[in-house]
Amino acid sequence: MGKQTKTELNRLNSISPKSNFILNAILLCYSLLCIVPLLLVIAVSFTDERMLAINGYSFWPQKLSAFAYQFIISMGNQVITAYIITILVTVIGTALSVVVMALYAFPISRKDFKYKNFFTFFLIFTMLFNGGLVSTYLIGVNVLHLKDNLWGLIFPYLMNAFWVIILRTFYRTNIPDSLIESAKIDGAGEFMAFFRIVFPLALPGIATIGLFAMLQYWNDWFLAALYINDPKLVPLAYLLYQVQTSMQYLMQNSSNIGGRAGDIMATMPSEAARMAMVVISVLPIVITFPFFQKYFVKGLTVGAIKG
Amino acid sequence: MSGFWYELKKNKALFLMLLPGALVLFLYNYLPMFGSIVAFKNFYFSDGNFIISLFKSEWVGLKNFEFLFRSPDAYTIIRNTLLYNLAFIFSCTVIAIAFAIMLNEIFSRKLAKFYQSAMFLPYFLSWIVFTYLVYAYISPDKGFINMTIFKFFGIPPVSWYNETRYWPLIIVLVNGWKWIGNNCIIYLASIMAIDQELYEAARIDGAGRWHQITHITLPQIMPVIIVMFLVFVGRIFNTDLGLFFLVPRNSGLLYPVTQTIDVYVYNTLIRMGDIGMSSAAALYQSVVGFITIVLANLAVKKIDPESSIF
Repeated sequence: MGKQTKTELNRLNSISPKSNFILNAILLCYSLLCIVPLLLVIAVSFTDERMLAINGYSFWPQKLSAFAYQFIISMGNQVITAYIITILVTVIGTALSVVVMALYAFPISRKDFKYKNFFTFFLIFTMLFNGGLVSTYLIGVNVLHLKDNLWGLIFPYLMNAFWVIILRTFYRTNIPDSLIESAKIDGAGEFMAFFRIVFPLALPGIATIGLFAMLQYWNDWFLAALYINDPKLVPLAYLLYQVQTSMQYLMQNSSNIGGRAGDIMATMPSEAARMAMVVISVLPIVITFPFFQKYFVKGLTVGAIKG
Repeated sequence: MSGFWYELKKNKALFLMLLPGALVLFLYNYLPMFGSIVAFKNFYFSDGNFIISLFKSEWVGLKNFEFLFRSPDAYTIIRNTLLYNLAFIFSCTVIAIAFAIMLNEIFSRKLAKFYQSAMFLPYFLSWIVFTYLVYAYISPDKGFINMTIFKFFGIPPVSWYNETRYWPLIIVLVNGWKWIGNNCIIYLASIMAIDQELYEAARIDGAGRWHQITHITLPQIMPVIIVMFLVFVGRIFNTDLGLFFLVPRNSGLLYPVTQTIDVYVYNTLIRMGDIGMSSAAALYQSVVGFITIVLANLAVKKIDPESSIF
């Protein structure tokens, strides 16, 4: 957007160096406030357990130790299972929800489709009114059988009315009607037109929605809290919740501990291990963050300008 | 009806595209709407089948609602829900706009990018991670605040998870921490979209930076501010369970200041298994929520027809 030239033009017109300094100081402080808590957790995860007992959590570990990570690896099963479940749910959930939403948005974006208003309303009404948690839960458990079922972590998030509306708007503003018409004249069916023309042209919009969905699946603890009891199906976020209430949860559900449980309890790095688990769970997000961010900004801009 | 069958035949492919999404909506969104009649019933499982049990359960009219509103919790949960949301609307809007304007004013684009990224980071973390981050600071016997800061100044440690008076502030701060960066980017995007000629014209008329902000930037982004405000208002009866249930670690002592409608419904359903009260509260929340959303949308339509949802 020629931001560079804009800045140069504005040089003469910009704020004084003094106010520039003050604004930078304020923004820097706030930025640090956003990052520092994560650093604290990382520092704690690398601190020796006995030092934690004496000094509490601090940014500068008096005695470094990677024991918490070794411990988690030695615990094996539960953490690895949770990781696999989370990845599985995120991949399947994101792929399915993107396809379902992208397909739904297409007919309701078409001006020549007679029932577009009905199906748009059918979608939007779910944003306005819902059955409430209780009846959703009862139906989920008793009719849809989502309890202790991997689908319980995927199915509820397949359709997000707001995102479908954003996609519909994206199609409308980026894909000229004439393009679809000409495809149809050339003998392409609706599906062909969708996959060959609409999908590639709308890819930035679809990718944005995909990233939103991915983040939602990765971070979700709520669906697991509602529907999952079986330790084999617990995703990472919910495992963190259970570990927070008791470190023993890990012990009880880990298969390779056996009779040595007492010994391990005595030397267990419970505080550091908890924080190490947080670090492990946010690692993929923090690594992919710069890539995510670019798309999210685009998505938010689309959302803000064309709600 | 023949018109419909004709249309179905003609646009078979389009209907097929709608099918998966429509099915999900029907099963997960519409069925529970019908299911919310549990709120008017004394529900019990007479049969393994939920739907049959629902029909067999006796009607109790508004009994569940009566119990709910007579309980001392009713006032607390509604008050908490509304007051926290008001605080969130105010804090997140004002601070996010201020930051967006600051980001737009500073010289260095590189630094601005860095600030943006840093502010945006909390939005990407799950509430359960937030619970741990908050705990790292305010754990009574290990937290950074008690063990390092308070120790240094010789202040006696505070048992944060038992003291109600600090929590309204903690909740508002944590919520701001998660959302301000996200909102800031929305406002920044709308500032970027302002026509530069407006500023040039103002400059020729001799307006300084401050005048440009108050006379161009703010009025120009007003529609976005209003729409964001109304979206907030539309959700005023909802709260994030992650913030109110996870972050205070569901501490019973803190209920007077942390229990909102969502926490109450979740606790009475999952913890206590009381279907009657929780369904009454959940239905009350949906109905009042519905009314506020419709009113908010009407207001959006008045101000900026383009931005209304329906």
